[in-house]
Amino acid sequence: MNNIDFQLNRRSFLNRSGAGIGSVALASMLNDEIKAENNPADKWTGVIQKPHVPIKAKRVIHLCMAGGPSHLETLDYKPELAKMNGKPMPQSFTKGQPIAQLQGNKNLTCLGPQHEFKNYGKSGQHISSIFPEIGSVADDIAIVRSMVTEQINHDPAHTFMNTGTQISGRPSMGSWLLYGLGAETENLPGYVVLTSVGGGQNQPIAARQWHSGFLPSRFQGVPFHSKGDPVLYVSNPNGVNRQDQRAVVDSVNALNGIHNDQVADPEISARIAQYELAFKMQASVPGLMDVSKEPQHVLDMYGAKPGDGSFASNCLLARRLAERGVRFIQLYHRGWDHHGGIKNASKNTAGLVDRGSAALIKDLKERGMLEDTLVIWGGEFGRTPMAQGNGRDHHIKGFSLWMAGGGIKGGVSHGATDELGYNSVTDIVNVRDLHATLLHLFGIDYRKFSYQFQGLDFRLTGVKPASVIKPILA
Amino acid sequence: MRRLTALSIFLIILIGLKTGQAKEKIQFNRDIRPLLSDNCFACHGPDEHERKGKLRLDITEGGAFEDRDGFQAIIRKDADNSEIIARMISDDEDEIMPPPETGKKLNPQQIELIKRWINEGAEYEGHWSFNIPTKSSDPKTNPIDHFIDSRLKSQGMEMSPVAPSHTLIRRISLDLTGILPTPSEVSHFSKEYNADPIKAVSNVTNRLMNSPRYGERMATFWLDLVRYADSIGYHSDTNMDVYLYKEWVINSFNSNQRYDQFTREQIAGDLLPNPSDEQKVASGYNRLLQTTEEGGAQPKEYVAIYAADRVRNVSGAWLGGTLGCAQCHDHKYDPYTAKDFYSMAAFFADIKEKAVGRRDPGMSVATGQYKKQLAELDKTINTLTKKTTVISPEIIDAQSDWEKSLSASTTPLLMKWHLIGPLPGGDPQKAFNTEFGPEKGIDPKAVISGKKWQDRADLADGKIHNLGSAANSAWYLYRLIKSPTATQLPVSLGSDDGIRVWLNGKEILKNNSARGAAPDQEKVTLELKEGNNQFLMKIVNHAGGSGFYFKAKGNELPPAIAAAIRVPANERNESQKQAIEQYYLSISPAMAETRSKIAALQKEKSEMQKNLPRTLVSISTKPREMRILPRGNWLDDSGEIVQPGIPEFLGKIKTKNERANRLDLANWIISKENPMTSRAFVNRLWKLFFGTGISSNVDDLGSQGKWPSHPKLLDWLAVEFVECGWDIQHMIKLIVGSKAYAQSSIVSPKLNEKDPLNELFARQSRFRVDAEMIRDNALFISGLLSERIGGKSVKPYQPAGYWRHLNFPARKYSHDNNENQYRRGLYTHWQRSFLHPSLLAFDAPSREECTAERPRSNTPLQALVLLNDITYVESARSFAERIIKEGGTDPVARINWALETALSRKGNEKEIKILSELQANQKARYTADVDSAKAFNETGIKSTSDKIDPAELASWTTIARTILNLHETITRH
Repeated sequence: MNNIDFQLNRRSFLNRSGAGIGSVALASMLNDEIKAENNPADKWTGVIQKPHVPIKAKRVIHLCMAGGPSHLETLDYKPELAKMNGKPMPQSFTKGQPIAQLQGNKNLTCLGPQHEFKNYGKSGQHISSIFPEIGSVADDIAIVRSMVTEQINHDPAHTFMNTGTQISGRPSMGSWLLYGLGAETENLPGYVVLTSVGGGQNQPIAARQWHSGFLPSRFQGVPFHSKGDPVLYVSNPNGVNRQDQRAVVDSVNALNGIHNDQVADPEISARIAQYELAFKMQASVPGLMDVSKEPQHVLDMYGAKPGDGSFASNCLLARRLAERGVRFIQLYHRGWDHHGGIKNASKNTAGLVDRGSAALIKDLKERGMLEDTLVIWGGEFGRTPMAQGNGRDHHIKGFSLWMAGGGIKGGVSHGATDELGYNSVTDIVNVRDLHATLLHLFGIDYRKFSYQFQGLDFRLTGVKPASVIKPILA
Repeated sequence: MRRLTALSIFLIILIGLKTGQAKEKIQFNRDIRPLLSDNCFACHGPDEHERKGKLRLDITEGGAFEDRDGFQAIIRKDADNSEIIARMISDDEDEIMPPPETGKKLNPQQIELIKRWINEGAEYEGHWSFNIPTKSSDPKTNPIDHFIDSRLKSQGMEMSPVAPSHTLIRRISLDLTGILPTPSEVSHFSKEYNADPIKAVSNVTNRLMNSPRYGERMATFWLDLVRYADSIGYHSDTNMDVYLYKEWVINSFNSNQRYDQFTREQIAGDLLPNPSDEQKVASGYNRLLQTTEEGGAQPKEYVAIYAADRVRNVSGAWLGGTLGCAQCHDHKYDPYTAKDFYSMAAFFADIKEKAVGRRDPGMSVATGQYKKQLAELDKTINTLTKKTTVISPEIIDAQSDWEKSLSASTTPLLMKWHLIGPLPGGDPQKAFNTEFGPEKGIDPKAVISGKKWQDRADLADGKIHNLGSAANSAWYLYRLIKSPTATQLPVSLGSDDGIRVWLNGKEILKNNSARGAAPDQEKVTLELKEGNNQFLMKIVNHAGGSGFYFKAKGNELPPAIAAAIRVPANERNESQKQAIEQYYLSISPAMAETRSKIAALQKEKSEMQKNLPRTLVSISTKPREMRILPRGNWLDDSGEIVQPGIPEFLGKIKTKNERANRLDLANWIISKENPMTSRAFVNRLWKLFFGTGISSNVDDLGSQGKWPSHPKLLDWLAVEFVECGWDIQHMIKLIVGSKAYAQSSIVSPKLNEKDPLNELFARQSRFRVDAEMIRDNALFISGLLSERIGGKSVKPYQPAGYWRHLNFPARKYSHDNNENQYRRGLYTHWQRSFLHPSLLAFDAPSREECTAERPRSNTPLQALVLLNDITYVESARSFAERIIKEGGTDPVARINWALETALSRKGNEKEIKILSELQANQKARYTADVDSAKAFNETGIKSTSDKIDPAELASWTTIARTILNLHETITRH
């Protein structure tokens, strides 16, 4: 069996062609193509060569507000809920519905919105006053107020948001994009993950969230860290300098080359290329992560201090990664799980993400990159209109997020929840619609983008039909 | 792939038809089923809910040959008038099949194949892997070679030449044990091989299968399938103890346990008659799934998630099938229904577990060393105990002396206790002060507050006795003390709480402290008169529990023994005699040492039992109700209740009106009626030894799986596996002993032209070894590898902060600082949500789901791991020490020795030149900068030999690092 991903893919294609094992000739013809494509850099350019629809976005920055921000304190104001504050939640809403920690609680009461909302920008988008900075880019963002998801606990809900299913072992959306389109960078991973904390209890985030699942593992996300080694194992061993490392890499590659002359194994050429790439990454990654050379006004705009590991710094890093051709950049801020004390907690957490989020939009815009960079801001679910003490429980029937750039219309809102913010009722958007929209912006028809695993055609959007959120497209 | 234009496929098929296939009849399973399955079955297949136009194309009886108002989907021998062909070639967007929105398309050549099939008679075949396998022939030569040769001959090809002997033993060693051969094993084998190749291979195969490393290597393969891990997976991903299961798997392979029993014990070990501890440990299989303890998780939802997880796993691991895909709807490609899915789930509905929350601690098991130690303890205790019951003449003499000393003494005799109470007193003070009656004289028939006197011979002296928890109450305890003479008797007393004592009607003690009872709280000396003395004690409870303690000095005899002793020896009855004899044995000074030995051993035993390893096992309880969940929705209770059962199209389990259980399931899985189990296993076994399965999709032998390259071979092996009694090692010997296995893995240009994917097995495969083996061999080459088998999972070096995203609780990783640092990769702590990054980089699976095939990627992260991970740097340093100590003194000799150790072959001139130069340069560089050399040498927890010059060691460490990073070092070929 041949091993590299190229050939695996080609192999599955071969098998799918229906000629079966019977045609040896097919294989021999294919072989020329395999050899032709085994360029030394082993660069993956994706399985989708011809876009199904026009390409609007070239990269994604997903600002994942992990823990589940309350839509009622952030993007979806409900005056009726304010009036109902402290009164029993009408049973017509909650009967037979799955709820998380409030399960079994007989006396569900309403909790009014904890923050005032304001109209921002020319478009007058209605946004919570805890987001003055995001308010300042209101005309660039599209708010979706009618999200629904299917998973009510953090871990499965993240898995659902990233992979379209709760079942483990499926590729995340970043991996799908890399598989479909490759990346524009040659010396960085195409899918990078950064994390920050603060403002609430830190829900765990499993590596499953950026895993490539059944797709080849080269498509998995690579976590970058702002403290310690920015990428695992990227630093030389103690007592080994860059020249020493160069000497080792050169010798390894030379010896591999000699061996390859005898056995003609394409895996060896790939290995040589990977060692070169690794050596380059050892220099490029620390350089990329060192934001201290950014002009002071840029640091100020984000509110970033070099090396502080904050969400603001990660936003700045996200821009730097985007500039270098990384396809999918995912920032987790683990601070939105506000079961109690939601008034202060949501304000604190907002304070940690507001400026960085807005600065990212402005910065991308200034650099002319916003038009082909899709920014998504949102959590894995929302929170209940019902009180959990002075906080809110997990909620999946209605929540909000916003998107900007890369083919998204600015200054618009889409969809709505009911008067109490419980159910999405107008223009409901589920997670697979979000995925279909994402793919659409990258020129991909979700129906035509699948991967065969265990004999089945798997899609990011799952088996059910999905629809692109057309009204928010530019 | 993008350049695989329709044109090239057209050409290929054209050529294919002209050469091999033109004369061959179209076979439905080989040629047509894959096309129809992929393009048509989703709407015209087994799933009746999705079926369009009441037409299914996967079976003869699906309506394809029915008349539909003048149309017929398929008309035998008349493709041109068959509606399916008309639809496939239609230009009309509304008519064309498959519909454009599916993204599927049949190309002209594929349609041509379908037309040929129709014109040849449109004969359907049952799906191959659902038919019971049979041996098509019983070849006289090695059947593997027979089938592979005949396939190759039909293509005008032949096998590759045999690999050189040093390559062959490297291959066999890696395949069977995951560890490289040593240079001396290589040369020994080569000598033997030159004399008698067959014998040499057979010898080395036997030797390696008898090595404990064999079980470890095979376990790695199995643990992927059953998704073994050390943490629960979801959310907090906390640890669970189930490593004894892993140990069991290793031991099972090492003892060559038959696959049928191996299966039974895992799925239903707890249900076997009188299950052994090992069988219960094996049943831990059912507990390996991912679970959650996330606050707010709904138990009902997780019960459904776990049920589905188990169905996916048992069908994936044993049947090589995708029954798990029928959770929301009937399977789209295979005849599995949603009902089959939930019926399978029902087998596991009896497993006791908490849906949401911490896993139970599991069963404590005395395994391995513990088992031995416990057995030895029991043996010693038994022997010693026996010794204490032997009545020797010495003992008899000693007893008689002892009796004499007793009868000669003036020891008073303490008669049994009488108790009355609790008598309520209102408050602690009142209860203490109130005279309830006994202090004025004992009336055995008295009734006080409804209570009567009770005889309490059971209240032995020298122990704390509980009286009860009646608050503000009093108890009276009365006993007669018979004294042969007037004497003093010191007594130790304890009480919870207050106490008053009268002797012969005179109060001698009064204390109303609130306390718990303990010895020596009060000490009084009784002035006994000759004859009967009346001892009365009042215990007063304030609150909580109540109790007392009584012990008289020099009076250890239990009342029964004391009474028996008073009887003159010749008047004692048999039971009195025996009682005295037994008692004496228990106190005999001659046995004192033995008795204290026994006590110490018993203490040791109970300590050990407390600290025994624990492991999750299956415990069968009342089965949960299992319903079909419509569309997989756990909130929907409208579905039919189902009983345990196998997929209906595969038959039915016969039980005597009883609910079928997991043991029935296991027995069905390994029964002759099951067409899949044996095929799935031998196909995967084949992959271990050839790099790819005979049916290349080792995940799925179903309709969407791959037609086997050698169907007859696969079936022959499947039948052989059953006929030989599910003997895994027998199958391995067949494979490793074949000519096909011994072929060279070098791809000649000609072979590359004809069969680049090696589906005809005209050569061996070359592939990078698994993550664990990369680690194992770096440690092995360097001499660091610890070869301890089993035990708790271990923690190798890991970059700081890698677990920073774990929470509830937050965790800090501390690597092992002892031998455990150097254990084989399969013992690494398997944290599902954050698998060890060095293993992950080389495609080790997170084990969240069944993994039958690991990808084999080739990434820059792998280079970073081998270059910079402490494990590999420390291994290089230790390897360098070996090179210096064992490789001779001359640099070239050393390089040669090092290459032979890592690559199982000698180096060539060019290689030696590159490494010599590198070593010389590094020596100069580190001589000029000894601090760096020292820093480099100090990597890892193992200290370096200070006898070696630091720059010398550093320079050889660089050579060792280079060798450990070679593609060939991590390749099996």
